[in-house]
Amino acid sequence: MKILVCITHVPDTTSKIAFTNGNTEFDKAGVQFVIGPYDDYALARAVELKEQHGGSITVLNVGEAETEPTLRKALAIGADEAVRVNADPKDSFFVASEIANVAKDGGYDLILMGRESIDFNGGMVHGMVGEMLGLPALSPVMKLDIEGTTAKMAREIEGGKEYLEVELPLVAGCQEPIAEWKIPNMRGIMMARQKPLKVVEPSSSETKANTTAYELPPEKGDVKMIDADDVDELVKLLKEEAKVI
Amino acid sequence: MSVLVFVEQSEGEIKKSSREAVSYGAAMNAGDTIAVVLGPAQEDQLKSLGGNGATKVLHASDDSLEQGIIRAYASAISQAMESSGASTLVMAESSLGSPVAARVAIKTGASLVSNVVELPDTSNGFSVKRSIYTGKAFANVSLSGDKQVLTLKKGAVALQEDGSDASVEALNVTLGDADLGAKITSQEKATGQVLLPEADIVVSAGRGLKGPENWGMVEDLAKELGAATGCSKPVSDMDWRPHHEHVGQTGIKVAPTLYIAIGISGAIQHLAGVNQSKYIVVINKDPEAPFFKAADYGIVGDAFDVVPKLTEAIKAAN
Ligand SMILES: Cc1cc2nc3c(=O)[nH]c(=O)nc-3n(C[C@H](O)[C@H](O)[C@H](O)COP(=O)(O)OP(=O)(O)OC[C@H]3O[C@@H](n4cnc5c(N)ncnc54)[C@H](O)[C@@H]3O)c2cc1C
Ligand SMILES: Nc1ncnc2c1ncn2[C@@H]1O[C@H](COP(=O)(O)O)[C@@H](O)[C@H]1O
Repeated sequence: MKILVCITHVPDTTSKIAFTNGNTEFDKAGVQFVIGPYDDYALARAVELKEQHGGSITVLNVGEAETEPTLRKALAIGADEAVRVNADPKDSFFVASEIANVAKDGGYDLILMGRESIDFNGGMVHGMVGEMLGLPALSPVMKLDIEGTTAKMAREIEGGKEYLEVELPLVAGCQEPIAEWKIPNMRGIMMARQKPLKVVEPSSSETKANTTAYELPPEKGDVKMIDADDVDELVKLLKEEAKVI
Repeated sequence: MSVLVFVEQSEGEIKKSSREAVSYGAAMNAGDTIAVVLGPAQEDQLKSLGGNGATKVLHASDDSLEQGIIRAYASAISQAMESSGASTLVMAESSLGSPVAARVAIKTGASLVSNVVELPDTSNGFSVKRSIYTGKAFANVSLSGDKQVLTLKKGAVALQEDGSDASVEALNVTLGDADLGAKITSQEKATGQVLLPEADIVVSAGRGLKGPENWGMVEDLAKELGAATGCSKPVSDMDWRPHHEHVGQTGIKVAPTLYIAIGISGAIQHLAGVNQSKYIVVINKDPEAPFFKAADYGIVGDAFDVVPKLTEAIKAAN
């Protein structure tokens, strides 16, 4: 089985978000970058599926040279080779076009992604790639098993789940509990250094949604503390001040 | 010019988030607001979309659209967009709407933007504000081309409701084999409950509750408020509560008018899922719990004492 796993290089979930250059650029100072947490689930499930069925795992990132440590980490976790499309991932259309371009002649049975990137939280790239390649795209997938040429999946829906059967090849956006995050071990880290990391140039430069400025939400006001013995006061505030109940 | 709005149902009723999307379409003030509903639906439900601002409702009643198969829906909506000549497609974010939006954008060559939080500015091109970094920031995005697909966050516009009716027209769609290739074998869905992403009030609890057997008081409070119940990640990881109640960066992002957090410490990943709430109440026995910094109202106290008292006080006040 050939698996392509698409990963993002994003600020750690505990990062403080700030902008520079007149609110036109993300401030990277002091920010630690990681594999997107959902992409980490996709990668972990890919490693498990490879253990069960054999095959190979390619990890792909659309990003500039700074993302290579993140790709190396994915190699250490268990991917066999890495591809970096050398470009700033400006919008989801651009990213999806580049992923589809890499995937179209690759003969992949599975293209695994995260349910969403945690920087731009689009949750759109998997669906776009699916449509570009004429493949089904399902997300958020919580369970994924392969039987022959059929994928059996559970997908989260509002208030529950739906179970699906779809023929390979397909695109899936993954989330927990599809697999447990894997931490690279020493051997994996050593081996990752020898594994191929190929850099390719983008096939196009078309974008459709261009960010012109960023902004931060307004500061939260002070919390009003209420005595535990005076819940009536809270009810009154919710009714009369906030007017929400 | 016109705006097409994809409308979903749940348990035979139009979803509130879809009604909000229709109001958004109408508020764009860009000609007709055409709602499109797929699969079996009640006539009165369809008509009632007029009250939210729809000038017309298109309805494709095909049985093959009874289940929400993403590719089939994407083909049907693309056909509706072409036949109606709409330049903008709007819908509420959901497990069906979002993947449909992605596919329709590619099929129709439209620009796509998700997590939209406000009406667009069309004075010079088409630009719109979206939430990014899990609600920790916003981006103003300028869209190219003459077609747009927007998926909305809850609360992007106020729900309009004036009780008027819209006319309903049949929509004919043609579906291919590939559209129906994914087989939905079964669904597991809580019924008769307020859905978490749709809820105006959410009562959520964390590890401070000690065990699943103690959720009765959370459910009682939720019931009294007509609220949905949520939880922190460890709670769903330990299977105290179902996964679809998990709120946060790696779970559901909620945007209620009121979020009540009980025995949740307020880790940054949890806050990322609730920072679009209008008001936050925190009940925690530790005065140093980080959640208080993100709260509007706080009570330092033992949940087992405070929560039942609060439920009683609300009952008495109603
Ligand atoms: C990549 C990543 C993603 C994550 N995503 C999420 C996410 O999406 N959602 C999420 O929730 N977490 C997420 N987490 C986990 C998060 O960091 C916290 O561990 C988690 O939110 C803590 O849950 P909690 O507040 O229920 O438990 P705890 O942190 O253990 O807090 C329990 C709280 O209950 C209080 N308490 C105890 N007893 C009582 C009582 N009797 N009455 C009142 N209060 C009481 C305590 O004072 C404490 O504040 C993520 C972590 C990582 C690393
Ligand atoms: N720059 C990128 N490089 C590789 N994969 C990406 C990139 N951006 C998004 N993806 C993949 O698409 C998924 C959904 O992203 P998004 O639509 O941005 O929320 C992510 O979880 C990744 O798997």
